[in-house]
Amino acid sequence: MAGKQHVVVVGGGLAGLAAVMKLAEQGIHVYLISMVPVKRSHSVCAQGGINSVNPLTRQQGDTEWKHLDDTVYGGDFLQHQPPVKEMCDWGPRIIDLLDRLGVPFNRTPEGFRDQRRFGGTLYKRTAFAGATTGQQMLYSLDEQVRHWESQGLVEKFEYWEFLGPILDDQGHCRGVVAQDMFSMEIRPFAADAVILATGGNGLVFGRSTMSMICTGGAAARAYRAGVIHANGEFVQVHPTAIPGTDKLRLMSESARGEGGRVWVPRKPQDDRDPRQVPASERYYFLEERYPKYGNLVPRDIATREIFDVCVNHGLSIEKDRLCVYLDVTELPHDAQKKLEGILEIYEKFQGVDPRVTPMKIFPAVHYSMGGLWVDYEKNSKTGGLVLGSPRNHHSNVPGIFVIGEADYQYHGANRLGANSLLSCVFSGLVVAPAVENWLKSLKHGKASEQPVSLFDRAVEPHQRRMKELMENQGDENPYHLHQELGDWMTRNVTVVRYNKDLKSTVDKIDELADRYKNVNLSDKSNWTNQNLSFTRAVGDMILLARVIAEGALKRDECRGVHYKPEQDIPAPDADDPAGLREQARTWCKRFREKNENWLKTTMAKYTPDGPEFSYEDVDTDLIRPRPRTYGLKGAEMIEEVWKEMNGEPAAVKKERPLAVGVTKA
Amino acid sequence: MSKTICVKVLRQETPHDGSHWESFDVPYEEGMNVTTVLQRIAAHPVTTENEKSTPVAYDACCLEEVCGACTMVINGQVRQACSALVDNLLEDSASGIELRPMSKFPVVRDLLVNRKKMFDDLKRVKAWIHVDGYHDLGPGPRVLPQVQEEAYPLARCMTCGCCVEACPQFNDRSPFIGPAVISQAILFNMHPTGKVDRDERLEVLSGPGGITDCGNSQNCVKVCPKEIPLTDSIAKAGRDTTLYKLRRWFGR
Repeated sequence: MAGKQHVVVVGGGLAGLAAVMKLAEQGIHVYLISMVPVKRSHSVCAQGGINSVNPLTRQQGDTEWKHLDDTVYGGDFLQHQPPVKEMCDWGPRIIDLLDRLGVPFNRTPEGFRDQRRFGGTLYKRTAFAGATTGQQMLYSLDEQVRHWESQGLVEKFEYWEFLGPILDDQGHCRGVVAQDMFSMEIRPFAADAVILATGGNGLVFGRSTMSMICTGGAAARAYRAGVIHANGEFVQVHPTAIPGTDKLRLMSESARGEGGRVWVPRKPQDDRDPRQVPASERYYFLEERYPKYGNLVPRDIATREIFDVCVNHGLSIEKDRLCVYLDVTELPHDAQKKLEGILEIYEKFQGVDPRVTPMKIFPAVHYSMGGLWVDYEKNSKTGGLVLGSPRNHHSNVPGIFVIGEADYQYHGANRLGANSLLSCVFSGLVVAPAVENWLKSLKHGKASEQPVSLFDRAVEPHQRRMKELMENQGDENPYHLHQELGDWMTRNVTVVRYNKDLKSTVDKIDELADRYKNVNLSDKSNWTNQNLSFTRAVGDMILLARVIAEGALKRDECRGVHYKPEQDIPAPDADDPAGLREQARTWCKRFREKNENWLKTTMAKYTPDGPEFSYEDVDTDLIRPRPRTYGLKGAEMIEEVWKEMNGEPAAVKKERPLAVGVTKA
Repeated sequence: MSKTICVKVLRQETPHDGSHWESFDVPYEEGMNVTTVLQRIAAHPVTTENEKSTPVAYDACCLEEVCGACTMVINGQVRQACSALVDNLLEDSASGIELRPMSKFPVVRDLLVNRKKMFDDLKRVKAWIHVDGYHDLGPGPRVLPQVQEEAYPLARCMTCGCCVEACPQFNDRSPFIGPAVISQAILFNMHPTGKVDRDERLEVLSGPGGITDCGNSQNCVKVCPKEIPLTDSIAKAGRDTTLYKLRRWFGR
């Protein structure tokens, strides 16, 4: 096959599979490398659905532009807007494609796709397949890729682990080194482009809602090889999960989208059966505080409000941890049926029927907004992307592209529910023509024409490293190191962050990195050694933890999920209107200053002495940043003053979306 | 309250080695599942006889019973380790927990088996929808909710292998493709676009290892963790292949 060009895709979740099928359609040969059979990738855990403007919302006044606005407002304006605009524009087409591929989306009585509402929007944009939408989408793409595999365009390497990219003397990527997780063979894969679609890094926090493979190991290995890591400190903590001894299981936002309500008893640690607590003694705190969005405020806000209610007001249902009720008991039968997939999970793992008794739920680390840095080419006419530009999703290392949760591009400081499935499929589809044009532009020879020595040289350090780990005689247990790391990260680098604690966490991570040198494997065998694979990932998690914690320490502001009480701008609270207005003016001035200083992407570059940080301005040309209040009761004055200060007509009455069939008078 | 659980694991170092039992005493934790048990053994791999051992190899990914990875035989029953709660297991068998790999697939190591055959068989029955391409060509066909409600349960198959483990006809001496793959063929034959390849799927189901190899023991449907109506799919496959053969005889 001399002369033929190959692409390596690492990771077979939604993003990876979307890229593979599109590349194959373009006639490009792909090696697909995955630690698990791709059908078992973490995308199966996505429950609630996928967002896009649809015929119904459109008639209520919705547009792609509003989807863009919701997404960047939800992300606290930290994302570059051109890629987000392009993604929102593609939304309807992506749903149509998935529909054609056989995703069994729920249907209306007439046979159209049904939609539900999700957090951070007032429209029912979310198409869904029961409460296992991610699983169903992954399966449909898996089937497409299996089709291409049967035609010889895709070669799968399942149970293979990515160890690192192969870079030539000019720093161009020429392939990857990977290890067979059964035979432990380490070998190079020559490739003219490499796409990393390796997901998030929830395991850095010990237990999270993420799957066992979401260590961030692959991203860390790319980072170590020179790929810049961006916005690592932005880690989403989902408000509603159930704790387990091995992982934290997600209870989808769709429970609230279908009408589920979050509450606590007004009496602290009320020990009555929740069903016996009368409505007047229930505190529906999200509905009371955010009358406009209610239970569907974005996740960062819901989580922070749970923290506030539980910690500052002492109303947690369980004394030592954050716990509130998520109540779907009053939903009609057909709404409960649409949630079957998650209600089953609750029942199976908690032994309580959530259709009858309100669920006890807890916040849990859920999604990495940050990830490997990637570029894009802006289309100045549309405000979106130049399609097919090899700059799209290209990292700073030539030849390495990054997509899906592994990249940092779409969700800014907080991701909206049901936008991740969209960003995964979109980034997979959009990277394929970018890679095709990159392959055409390669002037420095094909990977298959590179000297063999380049590939041999690339394998050697990984073999040496494996040998070192196997022969190490220290006294550190990798599982305990991981647990310690997770405990520190969860305690200090999640919902509420203090610089003092972040500083001590950074020091702790350095200590763990030191102790990691003395790690001792309990399994030294050369066949299917999972102990080795895990231990290697622990080293990677320590590396990423440092990027996350130090990024958080350095960023002295509040934005999206990144909340530092010490940097919070106090909300106006004066009783008299003039005083309130004055306070709101001060608030808005400080808000503007904060954006001047911090409306920037965090960029971390690997050095052996720790990450080197720099900051890049964010492209907010399409939609100017504004205070993110979500109609919080008491924050009306901020919105009013902000509009005045920015020359917008004050107090224009917002029009409500028109119902179908209603025309303007 | 320092209760420990006795856990017996059938271990095998490589595909070519014999297997042997090893026991571990694992400290009990409230709410723990078999995955946690295996994680605790990994962190402290010392046997009941106080001998140093190694972490047990096993497959695991989502830990919420949607990926199908951690399927194994737990106290004689095939199921996922993540949803096997220790309290429930001890209620049924106070003596402890016994873990074995699935017997219908080659063991790679310990509890980790290679289920590649199932994925290969999905290729045989063309378990996909053949579309014109991935460009924007508008929405898919309208589907009535009744049809979606029939398809969705079948679409939840995780290719975990529980059904074939319980099936007396599925083994390395028989080419039988098993209930999961038959059910997938039926799923794609139901789809308005997937129907195009219907006859090719039925041809495979009519051939060696196809529907006639089913012994109708109905074990599959009892062990399916997703409660997929596998026997309904098999019955449908039986009817459809018969009709297909008739049609073929009459040359249409």
